[in-house]
Amino acid sequence: MTTAPERSVPKPVFTDAEAGAKEFPDSNARRFNYYVPQKRKQTHYEDVTVEVQPDPRHYLAQGWLYGFADGRGGYPLEWTALKAWGSGRPEPERGPGSGGKGYEWPAHGWHEFRDPNEEWELSLYRYNANVVRQVNANVDAAKQAKAFEQWNPNWVRFVQQHVGAWMHIDHGLGLYLFANANRRGPTNMHNTAIAVNSMHLIRAAQDLALYQLTLDEEIEGFFGAAHLDTWNSDPSWQGVRDLAERLTGIDDWAEAIFAANIVFQPLIGELFRSQLVMQAAPRNGDFITPTIVGAEEFDFSERDLRYTTAIFDLLANDREFAEHNNRTMNGWLANWVGLTIPAARALQPLWSQPDSKPMRFEDALDRVKSRFGGIVEDLGLELPKELDR
Amino acid sequence: MSRQSVARAHQKIQELSWEPMYHQPVSHYGTDYTFRKAQKKDPLKQVLRSYFPMQEEKDHRVYGASDGAIRGNMFRQVQERWLEWQKLFLSIIPLPEISAARAMPLLFRNVPNPELHNGQAIQMIDEVRHSTIQQNLKRLYMNNYIDPAGFNSSLRNFQNDYCGTIGRQFAEGFITGDAITAASIYLTIVAETAFTNTLFVAMPAEAAANGDYLLPTVFHSVQSDESRHISNGYATLLMALADEGNHQLLERDLRYAWWNNHRVVDAAIGTFIEYGTKDRRKDRESYAEMWRRWIYDDYYRSYLVPLEKYGLVIPHDLIEEAWNQIWNKGYVHEVAQFFATGWLANYWRIDPMTDKDFEWFEFKYPGWYDRYGKWWEQYNRLSTPNGHHPIVAEDVDYQYPHRCWVCMVPCLVREDMVMAEVDGQWRTYCHEACRWTDVEAFRPTFQGRNTPNMGQLIGAREWETLYHGWNWADVVSDMGFVRDDGKTMVAQPHLNLDDPKKLWTLDHLRRMDPLLSPNVLLNQMSDDERAKFHADYIRGGPAGRPYRGDS
Repeated sequence: MTTAPERSVPKPVFTDAEAGAKEFPDSNARRFNYYVPQKRKQTHYEDVTVEVQPDPRHYLAQGWLYGFADGRGGYPLEWTALKAWGSGRPEPERGPGSGGKGYEWPAHGWHEFRDPNEEWELSLYRYNANVVRQVNANVDAAKQAKAFEQWNPNWVRFVQQHVGAWMHIDHGLGLYLFANANRRGPTNMHNTAIAVNSMHLIRAAQDLALYQLTLDEEIEGFFGAAHLDTWNSDPSWQGVRDLAERLTGIDDWAEAIFAANIVFQPLIGELFRSQLVMQAAPRNGDFITPTIVGAEEFDFSERDLRYTTAIFDLLANDREFAEHNNRTMNGWLANWVGLTIPAARALQPLWSQPDSKPMRFEDALDRVKSRFGGIVEDLGLELPKELDR
Repeated sequence: MSRQSVARAHQKIQELSWEPMYHQPVSHYGTDYTFRKAQKKDPLKQVLRSYFPMQEEKDHRVYGASDGAIRGNMFRQVQERWLEWQKLFLSIIPLPEISAARAMPLLFRNVPNPELHNGQAIQMIDEVRHSTIQQNLKRLYMNNYIDPAGFNSSLRNFQNDYCGTIGRQFAEGFITGDAITAASIYLTIVAETAFTNTLFVAMPAEAAANGDYLLPTVFHSVQSDESRHISNGYATLLMALADEGNHQLLERDLRYAWWNNHRVVDAAIGTFIEYGTKDRRKDRESYAEMWRRWIYDDYYRSYLVPLEKYGLVIPHDLIEEAWNQIWNKGYVHEVAQFFATGWLANYWRIDPMTDKDFEWFEFKYPGWYDRYGKWWEQYNRLSTPNGHHPIVAEDVDYQYPHRCWVCMVPCLVREDMVMAEVDGQWRTYCHEACRWTDVEAFRPTFQGRNTPNMGQLIGAREWETLYHGWNWADVVSDMGFVRDDGKTMVAQPHLNLDDPKKLWTLDHLRRMDPLLSPNVLLNQMSDDERAKFHADYIRGGPAGRPYRGDS
């Protein structure tokens, strides 16, 4: 009689290594004990983000190990002019017998920021997967309904040129402002929120680009490359382009986020998306473009603006540096509003291009100024006189 | 999903990039490499319209498995020996992952190819995924495994224990210094392309053999993203190779990155796989066998060597030397012995080795028992308190090692230790390659060439020096490695939780002699004393045995 050779595989073993099997010191200590939650209980979001990026001021006993050519390592707080309480505390000196203790957690106020959107991998993939599914479904439904046949030639031109031009801004800011800034914030909570913001913009740019590809296939005479000329040489866009390029050139990461999400997006992003495209499209037979542009609008107004105001509200009310921060942010406001309003005004010719006109440009601008005023007021900052230009 | 082809969609999104006309983007990160604009293609053609749903689907599988593991009482079958080492691994790994996300912008201004920037942005968010999904796995272990101590404190402990800095290099090396050295050569060309195979493929297989199928679920999902990252690195490398002026820097960086990754990753993962497992089937691969397959054959011979024809100078000598260290010089065994020597400065429990383990080691690594067996018998003998000290303070024929100033793994292969006086300090290095990294590579000139963007090695690099002269009980209290009764240590040199008398407490440590920093003592020696010390040190070993004279 022959027997089959036994396969060599690991054998299951009963180990009884599950929670509660025994009582001993720490057997019930089932929460992360190295940080204090923002609210009463630690959240799932906090558990997966807080303290992943270390700080030599509390637990990082041996300091940063690798530096740039100038000797600075990690995430220097001086990469922004803003300050949170405790920013002035020196990093603990280490040497023979110094021990490894730093300041009590959180050591400084930067660690108090929490993203109100509570973004981590699970949330960001769920959200963005839902958006692309909905956008695709909308486009497919429009194709099946032959919806693009209702568009008049001027509106076709408007979408190919101007909606097409907008995607360059999403892409440029997404990559060279927001993705760039994800290396520069002082905590993991800042940098993760900023990285998610970056992906919103890059996704929105691609949503529009692929929409253009669909229009190329669906609308006879749609010229899918028209956006390039518009972006490169249409005088209406050059002010916005100049401004977008300036934004990507900002050295200070917090100023970059502030200028983009507190000034540029409310005064130009929402002006273009909400006050022009989403208003004009239905009157020109287009119910589909607003759903795509609207997805981006929702990204900004409901998520990106929310985390941004949470960052700056904390700094504006900082227990040690509120005055310094408010002075700095008011300076940023004056500078960037001064650059933004002329760029917004340069877009005015777009309002007269569709056959069925949206609301007047001045009314649209007033609306976004009013909305912007509310954001600034909520932060306790001063409305700059440059807004009246 | 739209039916537009991936190729057309990818082609279309290339229209999104634009050259600045009015202002240049900020340039935060310098490099000594030069790049010419080139239309290198992103071979994976990832478009976010398909990327997000794909990642969401991968998440569904991971989180479904997590629920299943809890409902199916996976932890009744998990080996504690294995899960204890995960307290170290899962405290290390979220930082390198998030650091890889932070590293991507280092490439934007330096690699003039917008098509690659798209791939880098997707890598950025992949890495956010990896970091947080791994933190989530650790949270699940903390909530469901018998002993949460060490999981519950991991992100503090990792930052101050005596081996945390070793692992931290695997993160910090990605984000500072010359942008290409860090974010391309160290991160994508070496760490991701070579060493994620052992990290994310070999190690999960060992987890499954120890009753833990969640680690493979999470890490195979992570590894499925790595192929895109490897492509990012490869495209950048080809662009760098196109300029002959970069070849000298590539040679430097490949030597540094290869050697450092070997020192750090092989130390940690080798220990987890060889000393964290209960699976002692003779036909299961040893770490050395895995290394030969995944790193020597798949990476070195299949990936690196073909690049030689493009002018890449490959560090053949260091690759052979890494193998020599693992196979002939017992590198992994020396590291495991060191981790166990200092169990009291850890935040996990280290199980003693048994006869079955000895038999397996001897089978896989002939001669193992003669080198390491006696010491592990001593470890076993000293594992529960019985009037003696922890093993580090007992005479077990082990000389506490000096730290390597570069890789921060101690100088364990004693014969290889070298010294140099740098910036007024005598430093010890585990190997000539680490001395070269400090003294020659990480400098503003390299072989007569100005390298003003090269980074610096900074920080308080010897853990022992921080606690020079301290009582061990105060050391452990300072680090916070104490359980909620205020005296029982998180770390234990055994897995027995049944009998409180077998658990070490701060009171046991209070009786020990103070901790002394080998580097402080070295710098207090006269030149003659130091020369003699060095001569003796390199005649010590294996297994940390001190040199006791020619007799």
